[in-house]
Amino acid sequence: MEYIPNTPEDQREMLKAIGVSSIEDLLRDIPVEVRLKKDLNLPEPLSELELLKEMKNLSSMNANTEDFISFLGAGAYDHFIPSVVSHVLSRSEFYTAYTPYQAEMSQGFLQTIYEYQTMICELTGMEVANASMYDGASAMAEAALMGTRITKREEIIISSAVNPRYRKVLDTYLRGLKYPVKNIKWDNGITDIEKLSMVISDKTAVVVIQNPNFFGSLEDVAAIIELAHRHGAVAIIVADPIALGILKTAGELGADIVVGEGQPLGIPLNFGGPYLGFFAARMEHIRKMPGRIVGATTDKDGNVGYCLTFQTREQHIKRERATSNICTNEDLVALAATVYMAAMGKHGLRDVANLCLQKMSYAKNKIRELKGYTIPFSAPTFKEFVVKTTVPSEKIQERLYSEKIIGGLNLGTYYPELKDHILLSVTEKRSRQDIERLIQCLSQVAGNVN
Amino acid sequence: MSIKPIFEKGAPGRKAYSLPDIDVPEVEINKLIPSQFLNDGFINLPEVSEVELIRHFTRLSQLNFGVDMGFYPLGSCTMKYNPKVNEEAAKLSGLMNSHPLQSENLSQGALKLMYELEAFLKEIGGLDSVSLQPAAGAHGELAGMLVVRAYHEANGNPRKKVLIPDSAHGTNPASAALAGYDIVVIKSSKDGLVDIDELKRAVDTDCAAVMLTNPNTIGLFEKDIFFISKVIHDAGALLYMDGANLNALLDITRPGDMGFDIVHFNLHKTFSTPHGGGGPGSGPIGVVEKLSPFIPVPIIEKGGDKYYLDYNRPHSIGSIHGFYGNFGVLVRAYTYIRRLGAKGLKEVSRNAILNANYIKKRLEGIYYLPNQGMCMHECVFSAKFQKAKGVHAWDISKRLQDYGFHPPTVNFPLIVDEAIMIEPTETEARETLDKFCDAMIAIAKEVETDPEIVKNAPHTRVVKRLDEAQAVKKPNLRWQKNLSNTIKNP
Repeated sequence: MEYIPNTPEDQREMLKAIGVSSIEDLLRDIPVEVRLKKDLNLPEPLSELELLKEMKNLSSMNANTEDFISFLGAGAYDHFIPSVVSHVLSRSEFYTAYTPYQAEMSQGFLQTIYEYQTMICELTGMEVANASMYDGASAMAEAALMGTRITKREEIIISSAVNPRYRKVLDTYLRGLKYPVKNIKWDNGITDIEKLSMVISDKTAVVVIQNPNFFGSLEDVAAIIELAHRHGAVAIIVADPIALGILKTAGELGADIVVGEGQPLGIPLNFGGPYLGFFAARMEHIRKMPGRIVGATTDKDGNVGYCLTFQTREQHIKRERATSNICTNEDLVALAATVYMAAMGKHGLRDVANLCLQKMSYAKNKIRELKGYTIPFSAPTFKEFVVKTTVPSEKIQERLYSEKIIGGLNLGTYYPELKDHILLSVTEKRSRQDIERLIQCLSQVAGNVN
Repeated sequence: MSIKPIFEKGAPGRKAYSLPDIDVPEVEINKLIPSQFLNDGFINLPEVSEVELIRHFTRLSQLNFGVDMGFYPLGSCTMKYNPKVNEEAAKLSGLMNSHPLQSENLSQGALKLMYELEAFLKEIGGLDSVSLQPAAGAHGELAGMLVVRAYHEANGNPRKKVLIPDSAHGTNPASAALAGYDIVVIKSSKDGLVDIDELKRAVDTDCAAVMLTNPNTIGLFEKDIFFISKVIHDAGALLYMDGANLNALLDITRPGDMGFDIVHFNLHKTFSTPHGGGGPGSGPIGVVEKLSPFIPVPIIEKGGDKYYLDYNRPHSIGSIHGFYGNFGVLVRAYTYIRRLGAKGLKEVSRNAILNANYIKKRLEGIYYLPNQGMCMHECVFSAKFQKAKGVHAWDISKRLQDYGFHPPTVNFPLIVDEAIMIEPTETEARETLDKFCDAMIAIAKEVETDPEIVKNAPHTRVVKRLDEAQAVKKPNLRWQKNLSNTIKNP
């Protein structure tokens, strides 16, 4: 076996040194009644050659964004990834390391996390960022929990225009703690602030909104933050990092915690993971934060170096009183985001955001002109928007698949009241020609004369 | 030589990207989005060229240490070699570039892989159902503890407390607390095992579950596990296994056969997926039949020839991840299991145990061994002898860096004073183990003859020992233009 160097000769020598005669002798503490008495029923081993063939076969059974034109987003986006990202990530000095407990031997990774934290702070307008959470959904759930620690209150208010999958994860995270959750209805594709103002009270711990929200619409973030603060609640914004290329940061608008899905920052779709939960907050709340944090310090000669810090929040020290149970996070994915942000730099993120906005707007206007389709919400949108169809949305999707187009999300799955509404996403990767093809297919399936 | 932060590199106007021109009629941004929502036009990110970017990160990689560079016996973490074919598989376009919400018809390859991986883990764990959703070990623990709660709630009483040995990983109590349970710590016996009398005293009808690691963090097999499971089950409680040390058990015994009701698998440990500098990992959970209704959704099912995501599980604790867990990690673990098969897995744990016992034998007497007898896949020493000379386990770990090895885990488990926890894994050759032992012996000699060289280590890394207290006292958690001047730059 190529992964195990010991030869039978090695084994004999080692057993002799240990003073036993067989490997079986080393297992004598394992009682016979729990020993496995059969062979594991697994497929026969494959050589590397056979294995790759098998894996390619599995791969070919999946649609991918190289062969299909995708207008599907809804929390995972087909953005362009510069070549530099995968090349840095393939450095095995990075990817075969683990958590940098031994700082002097892990300066490379520690510095990249420090740079990542800096970039996330710049992007969100916040003062401190952690080294990553599992994904956007778990980052949001942990942010809500942090808000309850800050306010010493329990009630969580969340807009129903927040990604429904995130809200499900929040519910799961709260199953043990039993904190009450109140959902605020949306209106015209954005959070109904009037309803929010009726529900919020001095018992409210946190208010959570997403911007752009699940429908792609832009919320009145400033007004909602102001409302939360008026009741002493913590305002949590779930942000799209690409949108921050053009939008005012939530930090500037007064948010207390900003989280989100970092996948758009140079991470492949990966059928849903590994992704990256980014997490940023105000410095005054640092001791309530979950996750690892890297800080700069000096060695005894005064040289700058980096180490894990504020560890007394964490499970390996605080155990059941830790701010979170998280240990292994998504550091390699955070590195990908760091390289992406460094590559796009001061102007590139804005360029990407503008490309998304322009193409989204073009597609939206074209669809608005089609018979059989309407744009139901008037709020401004960034890279996604909702289309109402007269033809059943399943039929449209089928037709698009036959044209090698992945056509967006049927919203009825998540919002029964939005049956025959499709959420379309247009990133910088979609050319005008791709958009024209979509329009043409939509037009044909709705019986428009073309 | 330290490397300047990327923010201090480059120059205004430099860039490391290219994008297509806008090919649709361009509209001014503020015509599309109200200007009060818009920023002032730039984000304070670096301005570097592509070559500067690549050199920056390549140089940083050279200041890091991974399994591909050398021995990494970090106890409890199973730093085994990460086979390269796994990486190739994960990069296949149908696996890397597929959207999680594209229709099931367009995702049959991914779903088949997940369906089969669930089946492999059931067989390896001796369990009835598996959910691949949790993204890391601690995430699996949280899922598992929520399953415990859901099970007891379904029986009318969620119960109040979870029992955890004092040798456990910190994630265990943190996860159980997040699931709303009080933690009761069970002291270990002087042999480093669960103290059965303590356990019996603490188990009552308020006890929801007991979380054990087996082999435990001392590297010892809980040989009374059968009896323990009986005591716990008689009280109506559940037995949870932290699977961090599963690399000791493949094809030898199975959590289900030992009486565990729930286990989390660390795919980044036992199943060779790279640790990524601290993730991504993956922490699927496996459970016995009676807990199957409660595990996180979705589960992958097969109807006829078609694989599908099953959300229709009304008793499930719900979703714990935005999509389906760390799929890219699942691909690598699947590839590993297909490469090895049952025959290969049989060799894994046996060689891991052989390697650990070999190290234990060579270092016995030079370092204090708190527990005699055979160890499993890792051995735990104490720097008690060295402490008498004023040298701590932490110092020894720093000195090992000078010898070119990643240090073992130190100061854990908490029940061993000055613990040094060494996990060699099966993927290391005897010469490597010998060189490591030679270094450990040499350091022990240095402690006798020149303790200062150990106490001031490391001497050969890019930085000397860092002032971790200062990092808290004067927090510097992000680069800021003027802040870097407050620290002396090399």
